[in-house]
Amino acid sequence: MSAVRCVDLCKTYRQGDQDIKALDHVNLEITSGDFVCLSAPSGGGKTTLLNAIGGLDTPDSGEVYVAGQRIDNLSKSDLADLRLRKIGFVFQAYNLIPVLTARENIEFVMQVQGVPASERREKSLAILHEVGLETLEDRRPAKMSGGQQQRVAVARAIVSRPELVLADEPTANLDSKTAGELMELFTALNERHNSTFIIATHDQHIMTYAKRLIRMLDGRIVEDIDQRAA
Amino acid sequence: MHIVLRLAWRNLWRQPRRTWLTTGAMVFCNILLVFMMSMQFGMYGMMIDNTLQIFTGHLQVQAPGYKDEQKMRQVVPNILPLANTIRAELQSKAVAARGRTFVLASSEERSYGVMVYGVEPEFEQNVSNIPGLVRDGRYLRDHDAAEIVIGSILARNLRVDIGDEMTLLGGGADGSFAAAVVDVVGIFTSGVTAIDRNIAEIPLGLFQETFSMRGAGHQIVVVGEDLDEVPLLQMRVQSVLPAGSELQVLDWDTLQPGLRQVIQADMSSSFFMYFVLVVLVSFSVLNTQLMSVLERTREFGIVMALGLKPGKLGGLIMLETALMGMMGVVLGAFAGALFTSWFTTNGLAIPGMEEMAAQFNLPAKMYPRVNLLTLLAGPGIVFVFTMLAAIYPALRLRWQNPVEAMRVA
Ligand SMILES: Nc1ncnc2c1ncn2[C@@H]1O[C@H](COP(=O)(O)OP(=O)(O)OP(=O)(O)O)[C@@H](O)[C@H]1O
Ligand SMILES: [Mg+2]
Repeated sequence: MSAVRCVDLCKTYRQGDQDIKALDHVNLEITSGDFVCLSAPSGGGKTTLLNAIGGLDTPDSGEVYVAGQRIDNLSKSDLADLRLRKIGFVFQAYNLIPVLTARENIEFVMQVQGVPASERREKSLAILHEVGLETLEDRRPAKMSGGQQQRVAVARAIVSRPELVLADEPTANLDSKTAGELMELFTALNERHNSTFIIATHDQHIMTYAKRLIRMLDGRIVEDIDQRAA
Repeated sequence: MHIVLRLAWRNLWRQPRRTWLTTGAMVFCNILLVFMMSMQFGMYGMMIDNTLQIFTGHLQVQAPGYKDEQKMRQVVPNILPLANTIRAELQSKAVAARGRTFVLASSEERSYGVMVYGVEPEFEQNVSNIPGLVRDGRYLRDHDAAEIVIGSILARNLRVDIGDEMTLLGGGADGSFAAAVVDVVGIFTSGVTAIDRNIAEIPLGLFQETFSMRGAGHQIVVVGEDLDEVPLLQMRVQSVLPAGSELQVLDWDTLQPGLRQVIQADMSSSFFMYFVLVVLVSFSVLNTQLMSVLERTREFGIVMALGLKPGKLGGLIMLETALMGMMGVVLGAFAGALFTSWFTTNGLAIPGMEEMAAQFNLPAKMYPRVNLLTLLAGPGIVFVFTMLAAIYPALRLRWQNPVEAMRVA
């Protein structure tokens, strides 16, 4: 089954009197449970593509399907609901609400999702355990390392078992050792929960964790490699 | 505590100084409002009390039409028994019957037009200040004695003193010619020129006899514990009037319509000032919440990307504002009550006011009156305006796009 399907996606930005093709006729299908790395040099269109898949931004033309549902024509409010219930996000940095503790950050999103209080507590503790942060549940982001903060963000993204997890350069602010640990966490979660992961990066080392590697350049897909075979 | 409430509360204290400054502005405004409103109501109360205590009382029983025409024959018949009945019904001594007419008062040397009141010497002191304002001589004692008490300016004008004789000339209720000779037994000074110059009091018995009243009078004055009690008193007095009688029970507001007008004019001018104060405070709230929203653009972008709708974020801003406003209300009302209640016991002397106070028959010190209205009206309005001021910052989030918000460094 396909988790994500993009048909002929185009997105053009105007900068001054120049048109920049951030997405240039992108066609893409990602199967459920896959672990995909999206790699491109800076400005290659990674963020634009992830935003289109995640319903954060609408393409100029083309179609986007998530879990078989067409999403590029949904209203803002429906898109917000889709993101809330079906997609987990991890961004590059400052993912967390600074005044809430690790556990509260996770519970807050569950609260918005409408998860009952007792279940929230149970699930947030379990997920913190799973990402190896059970001792930090009452710490606020300012008192955690960058890697720990990203782990909390990952925990928050997957706590409600979304079908799709999108991470936009989640390791960009981490040293290579911590980055590797975070990727191992992603891999483990992918195998355990069978969620689909799409991770944007321009870090060569990170790409080695992917089952499938998609390279982009100037808004076009230039290479698509199945790394399982290797 | 609910997690959203916790979030709102902690967000407030991200910038403690700013939150305290804004709350401080609200608290200050609230203290000022509580104090000024209490002062205002204290002053109104005093104005009313002092004006009504001289003469008018809280209620009067009169014949229909008497208030406007004041004809001698528009009488309350059998006035003494009726006054007794009312005293019994209200279980109060602050009920007194009066007759009232215009006469020419003459001494050996001069004559002046004077409003002469026939009063019940034993009860008049319970409804009027004048008996207590007698500085020379004494007040009336006997129901039928040929005695008179006059104002100090009148005494000066007529050149009479205690023990001197005066002649009163006027018309009786039946249209006959009326005259009496009385001894001056007391001279009062109220400080109000119109009263000290124009008023004289004689015993009601003498009044009825002189002016052919046949047991009638013109008004029964009733004074209650306080103004709030007046409507109830009015009903009770009404209930004991003789069946089929056309007599009316008029309240102070009807008897002295000018008083309410003065108060209303004063209120509207001061409410304009309060309004300006409240608007200034709301702008400070608007500024604070706008800044606090702008600072968190990136953070809001991320939670919106996660699927939180702008309306919910707007709700968070309103909740944060409500918490801040609540602190302003509670601290402001509390501090305002403390501050004001010090003056309710000690009074506030306004320098240079003594002269004016005397002229308007006000005491030289002002005593604010704190009640639920003066305590909560100001802070309540500040709270409402605070919430109104937060609407714009909260609504702004609606136009915020998460992708753009997250690009903000
Ligand atoms: N809001 C925007 N306005 C104008 N141009 C934009 C906007 N967003 C993206 N672009 C342009 O579109 C192109 C693709 O941008 P995108 O952010 O998708 O690249 P990226 O691969 O994520 O780069 P990076 O590694 O720097 O994050 C870039 O040339 C960028 O300058
Ligand atoms: Mg990017």
